Amino acid sequence: MNKSADNLSKIKRSLTRRNRAEARFQWCGRVAIFIGLAAVAVLFVDIIGKGHGAFQATYIKLNVSYDQDLLGIENLSDPEQLMMGNWDAVPKVALREKFTDVSGRRDKRRLNGLLSNGAGFDLKDRLLANPQLLNTTESIWLLADDDIDTYYKSWLDGEAYAARLSDKQVVWIDQLHEQGLIRLQLNTNLFTRGDSREPEQAGIRGAVMGSLLTLVLTLILSFPIGVSAAIYLEEFAPKNKWTDFIEVNINNLAAVPSIIFGLLGLAIFINFFHVPRSVPIVGGLVLTLMTLPTIIITSRAAIKSVPPSIREAALGMGASKYQMVLHHVLPLALPGMLTGAIIGMAQALGETAPLLMIGMVAFIVDVPGSFTDPATVLPVQIFLWADSPERAFIEKTSAAIMVLLTFLIIMNTSAVWLRKRLERRW
Amino acid sequence: MQATNILLLLFGLGVLAFYLGRGRSLAIAAPLGGIRKLHSLPSYYGMHTAFWCALPSLILLALWMIFDDPVINSMVIGAAAAEIAPSDTASYNLLLNKIGNLADGVLPRAGQTGPLLAAADHMVSLRQISRWSLTLLALVFSAAGLVLGLSRVASGFRARPAVEKVMQNLLLACACLAIFTTLGIVLSVLFESIQFFRSVPVTDFVFGLDWSPQTAIREDQVGSSGSFGAVPLFVGTLLVSAVAMLVAVPVGLMSAIYLAEYASKRIRTFAKPALEVLAGIPTVVYGFFAALTVAPYLRDLGSSFGLTVSSESALAAGGVMGIMIIPFISSLADDVITAVPQSMRDGSLAMGATHSETVRRVVIPAALPGIVGGIMLAVSRAIGETMIVVMAAGLAAKLTANPLDSVTTVTVQIVTLLTGDQEFDSPKTLAAFALGLMLFVVTLLLNIFALHIVKKYREQYE
Repeated sequence: MNKSADNLSKIKRSLTRRNRAEARFQWCGRVAIFIGLAAVAVLFVDIIGKGHGAFQATYIKLNVSYDQDLLGIENLSDPEQLMMGNWDAVPKVALREKFTDVSGRRDKRRLNGLLSNGAGFDLKDRLLANPQLLNTTESIWLLADDDIDTYYKSWLDGEAYAARLSDKQVVWIDQLHEQGLIRLQLNTNLFTRGDSREPEQAGIRGAVMGSLLTLVLTLILSFPIGVSAAIYLEEFAPKNKWTDFIEVNINNLAAVPSIIFGLLGLAIFINFFHVPRSVPIVGGLVLTLMTLPTIIITSRAAIKSVPPSIREAALGMGASKYQMVLHHVLPLALPGMLTGAIIGMAQALGETAPLLMIGMVAFIVDVPGSFTDPATVLPVQIFLWADSPERAFIEKTSAAIMVLLTFLIIMNTSAVWLRKRLERRW
Repeated sequence: MQATNILLLLFGLGVLAFYLGRGRSLAIAAPLGGIRKLHSLPSYYGMHTAFWCALPSLILLALWMIFDDPVINSMVIGAAAAEIAPSDTASYNLLLNKIGNLADGVLPRAGQTGPLLAAADHMVSLRQISRWSLTLLALVFSAAGLVLGLSRVASGFRARPAVEKVMQNLLLACACLAIFTTLGIVLSVLFESIQFFRSVPVTDFVFGLDWSPQTAIREDQVGSSGSFGAVPLFVGTLLVSAVAMLVAVPVGLMSAIYLAEYASKRIRTFAKPALEVLAGIPTVVYGFFAALTVAPYLRDLGSSFGLTVSSESALAAGGVMGIMIIPFISSLADDVITAVPQSMRDGSLAMGATHSETVRRVVIPAALPGIVGGIMLAVSRAIGETMIVVMAAGLAAKLTANPLDSVTTVTVQIVTLLTGDQEFDSPKTLAAFALGLMLFVVTLLLNIFALHIVKKYREQYE
């Protein structure tokens, strides 16, 4: 009796211990999931917190006069005069008229520093679009310098960052603010311009176009090739060593580090075939080789999911094997293949490392218009901006990341939607 | 004519050939009593003609594109005047570049010597000849193919098997592209590496403790002797990967276990895709996050404890890399854990084990091969990861095991050695390919081994 009671209490004690271990184990799991989700949240909050400001830019309102003598231009249709025109003088004069008490070289330079270096060229574009403005005066919002932009935004948020400004500039901005002559506007430059050394003038248009061109080429090449390879391997390949070898190769390529594909592109496409550097063609070729395994693997899964009864029915009706595949299996597997292609494209869109190897990392101002123009892509642009020392580029980088993530989210959700919408379950 | 135009032209001709071939088969069939009298459907005759018309020209076009540049170059150099004839490979490439730029009009003609201009003109004329003869030949080939294809259309001609045979070969070629890619990778890194190992012995590279890839411009330059001992890079790579694994394995594994064994369906449908978001974020974003948020935070945190944490610490790069790998491990582990047969769990629970005891003593040991395979794949991923370390880890090769210190990795060095202008015969550039070879071999071995384990494990429970 005594012994069994003793045992019972022992068991009870061990049971509480074991139940506590059970609870601990479950908590470990909850904590792990929490860490993962917290990482997602922190990442997004951090990026959005840093980047939301970049969608607005600081503008200063000034009275500018498009004075013929000041510009040194008589005829707006003469390209040589336009090139030689003293465009920078217009915003400078406008600033000096606004702050008449500024004297001394250094102060004047600081005053000019309020506006972006490109303000004069913006005025040139405006004048060319509206030639009747020559010799007139108008009140216009001009783009401020990146340091001013950083300061003004931080000042509006209550934590002024004035490290790169002189005291006088701070006073001037105060004056402008009181008079309502400085404000934040939608930053259209971000979406309409190419890269620039000046943060306030830099935009992602060039990078977005480069990404688009590269991706189009990647899709054109990788989807048909990938689907063909998948069809061969699933439907036609004989079971032999050669087929096994192909499969081993595909599976391994899917796990090869992407930078190795960059080395391949550099050695084969650029060095051997002399494809020009930095162009979307070579980027597209490298990304094609990189995404092919993904597309082949997902396409094979899609083909596998088509039930054998469909195949047997087609063959039973006298279709040849090709007719069976092309007329019956392929249409049924297509949604799954498209999903795979979108996922592969999303992967290619986010890829950076191999493109660094093939020279798509160059500083390119012009927006590329064709497959043979030098271009960069969005992730590489992010990399380049993240490396720039100017503080204002942090904001720009985060904004570019937000744009990139938006594209990726759209692609991935459309893949999920497509799968839900079109995929049939047997 | 440009190659793209020729391509479009061939495509148009192919479409034309399809309709001609189909029309001819219909015309042949009509007097015989309809298409029942043909061996194959009319569209197969069309396709057969189209193949005959387009494929030979396409093959010609591809070969021409590959070989015309080298042939023209050697012809230009061969015909060049003696006073500019190159003496070695370096000056050969230089001369070729100069002539090419002159011919393209990139380099102004003013101020160039006569023989150079003559060579450039020669190149321009040769290119013109090449382009026109290519256009002509392609057209002749497709016209001949068209005629031949049309002449083969007959009521008894077995067009469908012929078309299917061609298609099968095309499909096979697409599948073999994977082999060619692997081959291309191996050849490209191997050739450059062999060149590199000619100037730097393999043993110095693999066992050397000092990495400073400088090469001299002049013989007498200070610090001209570059040293290519890659051990600090290997150690740095392993350190960063180890930090990443320390973050990713426990978190990934525990969340997989929780999601597979404990979580309600609602939590699972929410948490699983939310974790997968981490896998979809581009690595350059992680790099930015590591370099601008995590690294400064760790540095400040360290200094508040009186520790000196480098602002390019292995901890920051590795930690963020670990976050990136969490979904990789959790989804692989989730797969293998759910693949463990329910009967094993039921057996354990029936013996009175608690749920966590079942998981720890039965499910995990049963799933272990698969989990190990998944972790090995993750390690190979961490070793090959580039952008995070390029942005957040250091450049200086330091032999240290302290995660608070800054280290550099193999991938960082490949990127720094190969971005920007480079010449292809200096050991500095070639060293990047040798590092690439190392990276490829190590990840390949890890992948093959891991895939083998995972496959074997799958077969065990199927």
